[in-house]
Formats: sequence, C-alpha cells, structure tokens
Amino acid sequence: MALPTMTRVSPADPGDIPGGADPLGVESPGQPTSGQLFVRRVVGHGSFVFAATIIVGIILMALLAPWLAPHDPYNQDLGNRLVYPIWTENGTWLHPLGTDALGRDYLSRVIYGSQISLIIGFTAMTISGLIGTTMGVLAGYFGGRVDMVVTFLLTTRLTLPVVMVALALVVVVGGSLYTVILVLGFLLWDRFTVVMRSTTQQVRSLDYVAAAEAIGCSTRRIILSEIMPNVLGNLLVIATFEVAHSILLEAALSFLGVGVQPPTPSWGLMVAEGRDYMLFEPYLIMIPGFCIFTLVLAINMLGDGARDILAPENRS
Amino acid sequence: MLVFMARRLFVAVLVAFTVSVIAFSLMRISGDLAVMLAGEDATAEQVEIIRERFGLNRPYYIQYLEWMGKAVQFDFGESMFYPQSVSSLIVDRITNTLTLAGFGLAFALSLSIPMGVLAALRPDSWIDRLALTIAVLGQALPGFWFALILMFIFGLYLGMFPISGSDTYWHFVLPAISLGYYSTPAVMRLTRTGMLEVMSSDYIRTARAKGLHTGTILFKHALRNAVIPVVALSAVQFGNMLGGSIVTETVFQIQGLGKLAYDGVLKNDFPVVQAVLLLVAVFYIVLVLLGDLLNAWLDPRIRVG
Amino acid sequence: MSVLLEVQDLNVDIPLSSGILHPVQKLTFHVDKGETLCIVGESGCGKSLTSLALMDLLPKRASRTGTKLELAGMNLLTASNREMSDIRGNRMGMIFQEPMSSLNPAFTIGNQMEEAMLRHRDVSRKEARERAIYLLEKVGITGARGRLGQYPHQLSGGLRQRVMIAMTLMCGPDLIIADEPTTALDVTIQAQILLLLKELQREFGMGLILITHDLGVVARMADRVCVMYAGQIVEQGTAEEVFGDPMHPYTRGLIDCIPVPGKTKRGEHLGSIPGMVPSLVGAFQGCHFRDRCPHAHDRCAPDPIHLNWIGEGRGYRCVLSPEETRRAGELEAAE
Repeated sequence: MALPTMTRVSPADPGDIPGGADPLGVESPGQPTSGQLFVRRVVGHGSFVFAATIIVGIILMALLAPWLAPHDPYNQDLGNRLVYPIWTENGTWLHPLGTDALGRDYLSRVIYGSQISLIIGFTAMTISGLIGTTMGVLAGYFGGRVDMVVTFLLTTRLTLPVVMVALALVVVVGGSLYTVILVLGFLLWDRFTVVMRSTTQQVRSLDYVAAAEAIGCSTRRIILSEIMPNVLGNLLVIATFEVAHSILLEAALSFLGVGVQPPTPSWGLMVAEGRDYMLFEPYLIMIPGFCIFTLVLAINMLGDGARDILAPENRS
Repeated sequence: MLVFMARRLFVAVLVAFTVSVIAFSLMRISGDLAVMLAGEDATAEQVEIIRERFGLNRPYYIQYLEWMGKAVQFDFGESMFYPQSVSSLIVDRITNTLTLAGFGLAFALSLSIPMGVLAALRPDSWIDRLALTIAVLGQALPGFWFALILMFIFGLYLGMFPISGSDTYWHFVLPAISLGYYSTPAVMRLTRTGMLEVMSSDYIRTARAKGLHTGTILFKHALRNAVIPVVALSAVQFGNMLGGSIVTETVFQIQGLGKLAYDGVLKNDFPVVQAVLLLVAVFYIVLVLLGDLLNAWLDPRIRVG
Repeated sequence: MSVLLEVQDLNVDIPLSSGILHPVQKLTFHVDKGETLCIVGESGCGKSLTSLALMDLLPKRASRTGTKLELAGMNLLTASNREMSDIRGNRMGMIFQEPMSSLNPAFTIGNQMEEAMLRHRDVSRKEARERAIYLLEKVGITGARGRLGQYPHQLSGGLRQRVMIAMTLMCGPDLIIADEPTTALDVTIQAQILLLLKELQREFGMGLILITHDLGVVARMADRVCVMYAGQIVEQGTAEEVFGDPMHPYTRGLIDCIPVPGKTKRGEHLGSIPGMVPSLVGAFQGCHFRDRCPHAHDRCAPDPIHLNWIGEGRGYRCVLSPEETRRAGELEAAE
C-alpha cells in the first residue's frame, strides 16, 4: 500500500479570508491589510515622494505668495533695473533673484508666477478632463455609432496642430488668463478620451458589469457605480500628465506673447521678456525657465509614480 | 488589405474636410471678421468697404465653398499683409520648415534608436537609466527654453553655430536639436520596448543556435522586426514637427510655415492662417497614412498575406 | 564505438531573489555517433535547460558548470564565445519546440537557410541555395526551389518544422539536439517528423539528442534513454534496459501511466504519480523523489543520493539495491 505522501501545507493566511478577520478570534502576527500595503507602496516609491514634496512646496509657495514675496511683483523701480541675483558679485539680499528690465523684483514675480502656472494647469486639466472622460466613457460603454463619432472627433482633433490652433484662438478671442484656460481646456481632451475609452471597454466586458446589466440596472447607474471606480486609477494618472501638458502649453503661448498678458508674472512671459537681455543677464531666462522645468518634471514624476503604485504590473 | 486602406482613405478625406471647416472658421469665431480687419478706430463705412472687398457679406457656406474650391487647386487667395499670393508665400517657406523637421527627425532618430537598442540590451544598467533620464527630462523641458539655452550656450557663448536665419545648413543644427528633442522620449521608449520583446523571441534564439555573429543577430534579425512600429511613429512625429515648429522658428528666426502662421495670426492675415492650418493638417493626415502603409509594407505577414 | 558527446557533472544555477535555483544537477551522460539519446521527464524537470546548457544558450543570469563537456574531443566548457558561435549551427545544431515562432517572419525561408551555411562555410550564395534546395527535398518538401522565396507565415506548422530540420542540416552537424520537436504539432504530423529524423540520422550519421516528455516517442526513437526528475538523472541506460527492467520507482511510475490498449481495463484508474515536483531552490535534502515515492524511508534523506552504476552506461539513483528495487517493482505491479 502506498505510504501517505507529504503535501506542502502553508498556514492559513488571514488576508485570504474575506474581511481579513481571524475566524478563531486569535491574534495572528503581521499580515498587513491592503490599505497598509498601499500606503507602504506609496511611501516606498522614492521618486513619487520626492516629486510630491516638490509639488506641495510649490503649491504652498503659490498659496502663501502674499506673505512670502518680499516685494510687489508689479512694482516697477526703474532706478534698480537689471540687478543681478544674490549669487553674483553684485547681488544683494534686497533682491535675491535680482530684478528685471523694469526693476521688478524677480523673486516676487517667480513666486506669483507659480500661481499662474498652477491655476492654469489644474483648471485647464479639469475642463479637458471632463470633456475627454465623458466622450471616452460614452464611446467605450456604448460602442457602435457613439464610438464611431467619438473616434472621428478624436482623429480630427489629433490632426490639428495644437499650438497653431491655440495660437489662433487665443489671439482671436483675446489673450488673458481665462481665455488661455478655456482654449487649452477645449483642445487638450484627446488623451483623456483615448485612455478612458479603452479602459471603459476593458471594464465593460468584465463579468460584474454584465451581471449588473442582467439585473436591469440603469445605464447611468452602471456607469457611475461599476465603471467609474475602476477607471479612476487611469484617470488620475492621465490627469497628472495633462496638468503638466497644460502648464507647458501655457508657457509656450505666453512666451509667444499670446497667452497671459504683461504685466502678469507668468513664467513663460518672463522668459520672453528676458530674451533680449539673454547675453549679459542670462538669469532672466534661466530662473523662470528652470521653474517651469522643475514643476513639470515633478508632476511627470508624480504621474509615473502614481502609475507604478496603482498598477505595478503595467511597468514596461 | 486594399479594403482596409480604402476605408482609411475615406475617413482621412472626411477628416480633412472637417479640418478645412475648422481652419476656415477659426479666425471668424469672435464675430465679425470685417470689424477685426478694419481695426479699432474704423468707422462703420470703412468696415462696410472691407466687407464688400473681401466678400464677407455673403452667406457663410458660400464663402467656405469658394475658398475650398480654390484651395484644392492650391490657390489660397491673396495675403492681407504681404504683396504676394498665399500660395507663393507658402512655397517660399515650406522648404525651410521641411528641412527643419527633417533635420529634427534625423536628430531624434539618431539619438533615440541607438539609446533604445542599448537600453534594451542592458536593461537596468546605467545606460538604461541614462536613456530613461533623457526621456524624462526631455518631456519636462519647455521647448522655447531649451531653444534659448541651446542658442545661448552653443551660439552666443561658444560661437559654434549661427543663431538666427536659415541661410546655410549650419543654421538648422540648433533648431533641429531643439525641435527634435521633444520626440526623443517616445521613439526611445518604443525602440526599447520593441527590442526587448524581439530579443526574447524564439527566432532570435534560433539565430543564436545557428551560430550567427552578434552583429548579424542584432542588426539583421532583431532590429528589422523591432523597427517596424518605430517607422510609423517617426512619420507621425514628423507631422507633429511640421505643426509644432512655431516656437523653434520664432526663436531662431527661421522663415518657415510656423513663423508665417504666427505672423499671420498676429496680423489677422486670415487667408494665410487658414491656408497654413489646412496644409499642415493635410500633411499630417498623409504622413499618418504613409506610416500605416510603411508598417504594412515592412511586415511580410501583412504584405504577402 | 566512438563517443560523440561526453557530459560529466553538468550543473546549471540561476540566482533568484529567494536563493539559488539548481534546475540541472550533476548530469552525467554520453552520446555516441549515429545514436539517438532520449532525455525524458515531466515539465520542469530541467531537460530543456540541459539542451540550452549544452549549446551555451542559457539566459544571462544562469551559469553553467561541470567537470567535462566535450563534443568530438572539443572542450565546450572552456570554449570562448567566438569559438562557441563557430560551433553552433556548424558542428552542433538545435531544433526547437515551437515551429510557428522559431523562424524570423521578416525574411524568406531561403534567406534564413542560406545564412546558416554562409556563416560557417566559404561558399557562394548560389552554392548555399543549391544545398538548401537539396535539403528541403530531403526533408520531404515538394517544390523546394519555389519554397525558398516564401515567408514562414505562408507554411503550416509541420512544414515549418521540416524547414527547421533542413536548416539545421545545412552545415552537416555531428550532433543535433531536438527539444520536443513534435509537441506543438498534430499527432499525425508528429509521426512523420519523427520518422524523418530517424531516416536522416541513418543517412547522415549524426548523433541525436531528443528531448521529450512523451514515453511513446522514446519507445519509438531511442537507442539510449536518460530519465530526468527534478533536475537530476534518475535512471539511464539503453532503451531495452530502461523499459524492460526499470530500476527507479519514478521510471516505473512513468511507464505505468501509459494506458496500454488491450491491457488497461475499462474503468481502471489511470496510473498517476501523486504529489508535486519539489522546489529546487537552495540545497535540497536527500532524494528528490522521496515525497512521492511509495518506498520512501529514512535512508532517503538527508544525504544526497548518488547514481548507482550497475553496468556500462547503466545506472539509477536510489538507495535501494538492485534486488530491493526490483522486488519493490513487483509489489507495485501487483496493486
């Protein structure tokens, strides 16, 4: 008779039991909850934490601008034009980042400039996000004709040279903070549409959506309660990247002179204003440009990190 | 496959027409074009004269059809600002933009394909991290700022390249780098992913088992397959550069389509703006189709069925 | 009798985050000229990695060690990368399991076959093409000249495998390793391909290592057999010896699993070996099979079990003496 074979047994993992509770009511050592695992992943992701720190710093800078800025960013002081920053030999603590061609304190303008970038970035992203997500989810859920129309609109939008169109629109409507936000919001929805559409298609074909349909849930209810929670992860990641995208585009438009108008301290505009003095006063373009670069880099890193954290299996 | 291409062609034509409507309407969105052209201090009479002169009092669709009718014959009317026809303006400048975009693409490919290949061959090595860093930095760099920095360091400070104008090919070096750099991350990532996938495929294992030289395996067997999607992406990137050259041309004072559109927008030169928008969009459509065609051509499984 | 391939104490180690994996442990076997050696075992026993180790085609992280690895007197363990690539496709060839993906879809059959020869021989393209046509006809492909211009996706799986075989023969290798060459093919095609391999071996006189999990293939093709389990050879010998007088409980279990028409009664349980293959990470204690062996006892662990050589090329890995194991076999048969 064959001897009983040894089978490999592992102790029951409390995490495997629905609810995570220990049925015997006895304390079992250290299986972390999924919430704790999530927090661990977030905190452990180096670049995510680093990027988040920078962004929080910049947001705080924008919120506390009136108290942080040493001077009024609009105040011209023609007797103090083109003062060099603190790290050069003629620098002074009165103007740590120097002054521009009109004698305005650069540090103050940089601090207030963060407000412009952040406001435009987030608001434009919100508008384009609403448009794009609606289009994408509807196309992904209903398929058929709806999908055809949305795909056609998407292809048309992708064919347009965005900078040129934004340029024309802003000039025609008149350059200002609000028009820039609206124009960017109405142009930058494509990535939202693409990703939301494919995610919705994937989620839609899952079993529990079919179950919801089978028991007669209304379409609206299905979309809101079944589909949206699952596409939220992707949505968050795309939203992050689109904030960065909006900030870059606003900077470009302002640099070209058709975005935010002087004397508003947009970082892109500051680069444009400093351009004529580039040879001897390079700090005029270096500082605001570097600010844009840092903010966008941090946001992109945040998005990459979010993508890793939310779906580590999607790493290439 | 022919049916597939025919369908794509049909959609492409439809998109082109939609874009033409958008291009036509863009400058007229804020209301009366005649008022805009006449300027702020114009009297009502002057506005009327302008309206008559440019046929702006006719029904909208008539204006559009007339414009489109001529546009397909490459007649975009007269410029409002330059003493030239729009078509001749475009012809004068298109070579500059094409050269710029061509150099830009060449730069992007010569940087990103080798880096992508090397990163794939040594995943998680310093080269892989370097490639990733270049990609990440490239996506955060504002184009105009990068252009100015290049101009500052290599043009003004080191004096290696001219910084404005488009007389010689040297003039295109810095602008090409500035324009092409933005495409580098996407191409590099695609090359890297493609190579990683291909290098772990069975036919590469067979090639090794045949004792082929490493170079043959890499460049004949692996790259040939990995590069197919990159070709299609390059076509799209070229199209993007055609439309996205505004900033670069403005910074480096290159008289190309981008600068033409920019000047045109600022001066309300609506025939010019309409024409350039339409042209760039059509170019893009053609390039995307071309990319798909090349994709199909390069893969014998599609070409020979 | 001339020994073509000699292998002694071949090991493959793969470092993992949880420890070092030993998928191939101290393999010792040999192949003679014109002889077919079958390496048989279940999935995961290490037989595929063995074939890759012989060709030096292991993945980067894996390392290969051994006392001896000689092909016709050439030491393959100390050969440089350049020397190995000169040998591969030239003196040693390999046929893989998945004909659907083993050929490059971007190049024609002719291109890939000619390339195999042009790499190792100083011949013209025309001569290589003629050889390709000759071999395509030898493997039973009609219209060979026309086939050269075709792409892999235009051929069926069976045809592709024939092309693979022909391609491997381009330089007339001394040894061919075939890793489950028929597993991915239809049953009817399987028989044809195996027959083809046997005929080619008879005609060209090369040694053949055939890796399979199918005992039926072994019965048809093998002159000699190595039975592998969990990274080790647990039994080896000629086909008659291993099938006729199996010494190791695992071998007997395998043979038992094959339902024999006429002998296996309807409703009778199909033989199976209960349990799972053990993990090969780190140092494993004692006999790898003891968790599933009906005769396991305290001698089976913790010392490693050595191969018990009872004849020329005949051995088994068990602590039981030949008499004990034969008696155990009779007991198993009685159940």
